[in-house]
Amino acid sequence: MTTLFDRIWDAHIVAPLPGGAALVAIDRVLLHERTGAAALNSLAAAGRAVADPSRVFAMMDHIVDTLPGRTDQTLMPGGQAFITETRAAAQAAGITLFDVSDPDQGIMHVVSPELGIVLPGLTLIAPDSHTCTQGALGALAWGIGSSEAEHAMATGTLRLTRPRAMRVTFTGTLSPGVTAKDMMLALIAAHGAGGGAGHVVEFAGESVTALDMEARMTLCNMATEFSAFAGLIAPDDVTFEWLKGRRYAPQGAQWRAALSGWQTLRTDDDAVFDCEIAIDAGSIAPMVSWGTSPQASVAVTGSVPADAAPAMLDYMALEANARLIGTPIDAAFIGSCTNARLSDLRRAAALLKGRKVAPGIRAICVPGSSAVRRAAEAEGLDRVFLDAGFEWRMSGCSMCFFAGGESFAEGSRVISSTNRNFESRQGLRVKTHIASPETVAASAIAGAIADARAIRPLPLRGAGRAVQRRRERGSGEGKSIPPSPTLPPKGEREFG
Amino acid sequence: MAEPFTRLTSIAAPLLRDNVDTDAIIPSREMTSTGKTGLADGLFAGWRYIDATRTPNPDFVLNQPQYRDAALLLGGRNFGCGSSREHAVWALVEYGIRCIVAPSFAPIFQSNCVRNGIVPVVLPTEAIAPLAGVVCHVDLVAQTVSSADATLSFDIEGEARAMLLEGLDAIDLTLKHRDAIQAFHARDRSQRPWVYLEQNHA
Repeated sequence: MTTLFDRIWDAHIVAPLPGGAALVAIDRVLLHERTGAAALNSLAAAGRAVADPSRVFAMMDHIVDTLPGRTDQTLMPGGQAFITETRAAAQAAGITLFDVSDPDQGIMHVVSPELGIVLPGLTLIAPDSHTCTQGALGALAWGIGSSEAEHAMATGTLRLTRPRAMRVTFTGTLSPGVTAKDMMLALIAAHGAGGGAGHVVEFAGESVTALDMEARMTLCNMATEFSAFAGLIAPDDVTFEWLKGRRYAPQGAQWRAALSGWQTLRTDDDAVFDCEIAIDAGSIAPMVSWGTSPQASVAVTGSVPADAAPAMLDYMALEANARLIGTPIDAAFIGSCTNARLSDLRRAAALLKGRKVAPGIRAICVPGSSAVRRAAEAEGLDRVFLDAGFEWRMSGCSMCFFAGGESFAEGSRVISSTNRNFESRQGLRVKTHIASPETVAASAIAGAIADARAIRPLPLRGAGRAVQRRRERGSGEGKSIPPSPTLPPKGEREFG
Repeated sequence: MAEPFTRLTSIAAPLLRDNVDTDAIIPSREMTSTGKTGLADGLFAGWRYIDATRTPNPDFVLNQPQYRDAALLLGGRNFGCGSSREHAVWALVEYGIRCIVAPSFAPIFQSNCVRNGIVPVVLPTEAIAPLAGVVCHVDLVAQTVSSADATLSFDIEGEARAMLLEGLDAIDLTLKHRDAIQAFHARDRSQRPWVYLEQNHA
């Protein structure tokens, strides 16, 4: 009778509150430098301390520059203050900080799973809407505002009204060349950008359980674009194997105890959801957005809808019924908490290998974390991107949204592996088309929106070398595709 | 801590498009200070101004003379979607908006509104459209929006309503449960010791 969401929620209720709300225990709080200083300074100004600093982590991702050789300085006037003030506030509060030059620096929703900060069954919040990404590991993870972050840090709890439960079941098998990104864009296109409002959405079905850990993160990442409270996937052996040995994951006897609890984190067969949606995964094609909301997305082989909103057509400089394939682009971006993990970069690189970005196209790749960047470089992916004509950046949120004041040229058309195609998000009047890393890579080569399935990917010899190295260290467990990114050796030595 | 809200009388300014996102409410490029203030000028900057010197766009609703002092905004579905940036709500408060009426809100934005004294009122689309340009009276005690023509009831959940009516500080309220929080942690620590990370910290 019980859903996965019910199990996690009920285990975290500290006390009921009047009016049907509850005081809910929060296990992890993450901060970033855009709002971290504001939240920590506001707490300090009120004379309040962080209740348990060991469970609060701050990351530098939102403002920090991503150009090689970066410092605290940013293109944006005043950007440096976000970094220096967050650093000072984090140190004063005694929380763990992954600073600009830290080997573990990166986008919080990439770094937290890499280090095992997020674990199955936990409640995790951050003043960042894409916190739902981390529901991929079977945690209840959601975005909040700065005031709620202050509340969680001061009290270890949040005051919440119980969300409703929805299940989205992807039946059948994905077609070749179709990814988790396309699954989410298809869901949002079919059911609207507000379709998940008020609900915690559990993603289920054979094509979800078949996804690797990183693809599951892509799926849950865009639960917020569905307006869901959170996205969630039941943890399974894929999750457990991926987490084992990560720095903040339990070790030894505690791992075994944790694992036996995590194995019960699933939805009962007879559980009833407030809402159910089923989608035939086999019918999903690679998707691309044409408008200024993620719901304005169609199959890349399709056309702008005949009844498209005039305001969106005007902004995007597109006409109703126009085919998407062949629409000329000015720039291509691979990055963000949605699609900048090692597997994303590998799939894009396999298409870019031996090919060139079309003349005049600005193409940028920003790895999701410093660890992803190192792992990609160890495989030679940086050379593939650079040889194709991409810029190869340091890790951060970057031009997903103007981070650090950097943006694409005014009015330009960008194909982007990010999550939002809002007006002017990637620069003034920039026209953003969101799509998978494959579609971005293929479009960069073509100089226009393209179907990646028409390009034959080439084998990347480097990926094999990385497998070899993991096996030698005895942590690869003979997998044909190694979990990525590779574990920091320091963590293994301390807790292995 | 927010200003308590009981009643508001204002002309209703219509921004009746769906999926108004927080990037539109306060663009990233307008978030230039680390604090919570100095944001009102950047409110709706992409729509409100036609150039970098901030020449007002005469077509934008809040630039029209009759809406200059509007404290009540009418929105479309999924209002406040996108980024969790509380700056969107801080900018609205600083500008003078105290109530938003929409068919639905994005969850993080809705919660941010309550924490900062903006009343998020949910009414059906067909009830909202006739309010455009009309002087409305919002009564949070009675949970009604009334105009000369009609009185519409809305429902706002108890916790949020109490917070808004009394301008309460949520942290102070929660700290009254200190004993329950400590008891939870004591019990939880024995059941899920791996959640507690002190041992991993130098």
